[in-house]
Amino acid sequence: MLTLTINDKRHRIDVDPATPLLWVIRDHLGMTGTKFGCGAALCGCCTVHVEGSPIRSCVTPVMLVAGKRITTIEGLRSAAGHAVQQAWIAEEVPQCGYCQSGQIMSATALLAQTPHPSDEQIDAAMAGNLCRCGTYQRIRAAIHRAAATLGRA
Amino acid sequence: MAVATNLSRREFFRAGAAASGGLLVAFYLPLAEASQAGTSFAPNAFIRLRRDGSITLIVGRSEMGQGVLTSLPMLLADEMDADWKRVRVEQAPALPAYANPLMHINLTGGSNSVRGSWIELRQAGAVARTMLIGAAAQRWKVKASDCDARSSYVIGPRHQRLSYGALAMAAASQPVPSKVTLKSPEEFSLIGRPIARVDTPIKVNGRAVFGIDVKLPGMMHAAVARSPVFGGKVKSFDPAPAKAVAGVREVVQISTGVAVVAEHFWAAKQGRDALRVEWDQGALGDLDSGEIERMLSEAGDKPAVVAQRIGDAQRAQASAAKTIEAIYRLPYLAHATMEPMNCTADVRPDRCDVYAPTQGQTPALREAMRITGLPAEKVNVTTTYLGGGFGRRGMVDYVVEAVEVSKALGRPAKVIWTREDDMRHDAYRPVNYSRLAGGLDRNGNIVAWQHRIAAPSLLQDLQGHRPPHDLDKYAVEGAVDLPYAIPNQQIEYALVAPGIPVHFWRSVGHSYTAFVVESFVDELAAAAGKDPYEFRLKLVEGARRYRNVLMVAADKAGWGKPLPTGVGRGIALHNSFGSYVAEVAEVSIEGKGEVRVRRVVAAVDCGTIVNPNTIEAQVQSAIVYGLSAALMGEITIRHGGVVQHNFDDYPVLRMPQMPKVEVYPVAGGPPMGGIGEVGVPPIAPAVGNAIFALSGKRVRNLPIRPKDLA
Repeated sequence: MLTLTINDKRHRIDVDPATPLLWVIRDHLGMTGTKFGCGAALCGCCTVHVEGSPIRSCVTPVMLVAGKRITTIEGLRSAAGHAVQQAWIAEEVPQCGYCQSGQIMSATALLAQTPHPSDEQIDAAMAGNLCRCGTYQRIRAAIHRAAATLGRA
Repeated sequence: MAVATNLSRREFFRAGAAASGGLLVAFYLPLAEASQAGTSFAPNAFIRLRRDGSITLIVGRSEMGQGVLTSLPMLLADEMDADWKRVRVEQAPALPAYANPLMHINLTGGSNSVRGSWIELRQAGAVARTMLIGAAAQRWKVKASDCDARSSYVIGPRHQRLSYGALAMAAASQPVPSKVTLKSPEEFSLIGRPIARVDTPIKVNGRAVFGIDVKLPGMMHAAVARSPVFGGKVKSFDPAPAKAVAGVREVVQISTGVAVVAEHFWAAKQGRDALRVEWDQGALGDLDSGEIERMLSEAGDKPAVVAQRIGDAQRAQASAAKTIEAIYRLPYLAHATMEPMNCTADVRPDRCDVYAPTQGQTPALREAMRITGLPAEKVNVTTTYLGGGFGRRGMVDYVVEAVEVSKALGRPAKVIWTREDDMRHDAYRPVNYSRLAGGLDRNGNIVAWQHRIAAPSLLQDLQGHRPPHDLDKYAVEGAVDLPYAIPNQQIEYALVAPGIPVHFWRSVGHSYTAFVVESFVDELAAAAGKDPYEFRLKLVEGARRYRNVLMVAADKAGWGKPLPTGVGRGIALHNSFGSYVAEVAEVSIEGKGEVRVRRVVAAVDCGTIVNPNTIEAQVQSAIVYGLSAALMGEITIRHGGVVQHNFDDYPVLRMPQMPKVEVYPVAGGPPMGGIGEVGVPPIAPAVGNAIFALSGKRVRNLPIRPKDLA
């Protein structure tokens, strides 16, 4: 049995400890906002926060994060998270939307670390999140918008 | 001034066509509503108005990012004069009432969702409005023609007001009009405005349900082992190693391979990976990309089926002042939607429910009927959100697997493909070999144009046999309908059938013909010693819509103005799906020959603009999709299977590679064109032409390789 703390809620789970966190979140706990895209940390769809840092849950064995503070898109309640989501709405970022949970988790972590990122810092932080609909330009605009909102708060 | 339309007759399954005498819109009362008769007004399949004034609009096309869940309801709501704030939208079931008016089945593709439903949905909205006005007029004892409607209210001649909600029940007993008057463009209240997408809020908080997110009580998860060689079949398999994995419940053979079924997907995948399967490789076990290249060049180097002949190109070529020849090659491409293929099915003895992120509801329904033996009314296909489509999801191989697995288990099952499964068992954008010859007269005018295309046939894969006369319209689209007035043209097609599955890929044949044609036009411009923009502009003299987009793109891009050192500029023009697009790319070549696209300017004329926001988003999207292919996309074959397996060896554009993209809509008036695909074709040639302008190196093979430019 493993104990996971996800979105401030504790879960006791009976699972093979090598199972990737992604599938525990999706299949065992039924939270489907975090997506499966590649299974190899190449696309960023599965990005969640562990102790506030973005990680790829598709390659993270669940045993490595037992007892740590995990946040998924469903539990994104920080000021930065809210600002990012609002900016995503204002800039009309999503198209198909499949990658956007991961994009938002990466962007939120970036802003927590770097409140006013340059384009180069955005490139570096977001390079691991693929979007086949090509929403990158609007993502960039939305991150700048969220940074401006947070700066005013 | 309003425009009256005459409505033509159309028959519908389960539709009360007798009720109307001939509207284009279907009169089918959704089942859920039928049970609540008396609580809402459902004048047709697309609209439900409740007594509290809330309105549900139903969308028959699949939402895969292109925005139909917003743009199609805009057509209904505008003509209905519905209060957009009270509207909610719903994805339609797979019923004939929601068939694509241009295809007569339920399918999303061909960039035709909005233009295909442009009349039908507006009529549906106008029918509701007419009946609501009729109900109000009756209550007020005034003439309907003296009433108006605005934002879910009917307004009478003495400024009386009645809300749509208050009129809902009375409207339901109004006669259904056989003729309605549609608005003229200046009367539109929603159409033409940048209306916010209705699906954005649930796509930023993780609540949008994609196919992969479907949950059913008692559902099992499955991963499927498929033949590593296309066309291979299961010879035998040993289920024991799979069954030894904790959580694995069953191992069942299905038509596409062997499915490992488990309580959770991870166990299913572990079991699938442990499974030992012996494959009968079939005929393609020795096939590789080199052999396919040989097949293509052999077919492309000799005369083939003539797809288009204007004048006498061979004679004109022989007497031309200057001639050039070139060979272009493009690879197979995977669709690589962000959401891998998946489907959930619940097959029972007396019914079958399918939950699929699909572009093809009718094909899904037909396959489910075939596998279960159930009639159409016992099969439900529910369309979820699609994590990308790009043509891939018009196929329903993933539906077949889920239905077969659920049928074998007798309980609900979800089949999920891994990224590797998705990459290796796609049906690909066809590989292409193009041989061109062009001739210029003494003044640098093109007098001869010969283009022979050797490529696999999409029609052959779709229909299961070679197309009549071995001519595939998809293989030559964009090549037989050149924007340019060239007096002597011959376009030929050689059907090559290596056996690798092929399918529609965003912009289909245009995805390669535009690259070939627009690069070769650039070669001819260079041979004539002319500016590539001026050269094209002269060739489209008198073709207003081509000319407009070309001029807008050149103007906005600052064509002819100096660029920083090390930056080149290229232009391309193309028409696909009824829309006219010109794109200008600015590129630089970095250290080891890596191409960096810095800026793209696109001018787009898709006729009437429904939602400018969608147009900008779709063209940005198409440019990224096309750039991924042009700069990196290549599927190669070894031992009859695909070499690439994930985003490391099939890379796509990432944030740091994103150019600044500017999109300029050009309102060209009717007829309306598509928008989802039309931005793809011109980007590869615009980039290739920019590379030539910068370096003098002509790009004739995609993807563009650093080693070719270093």
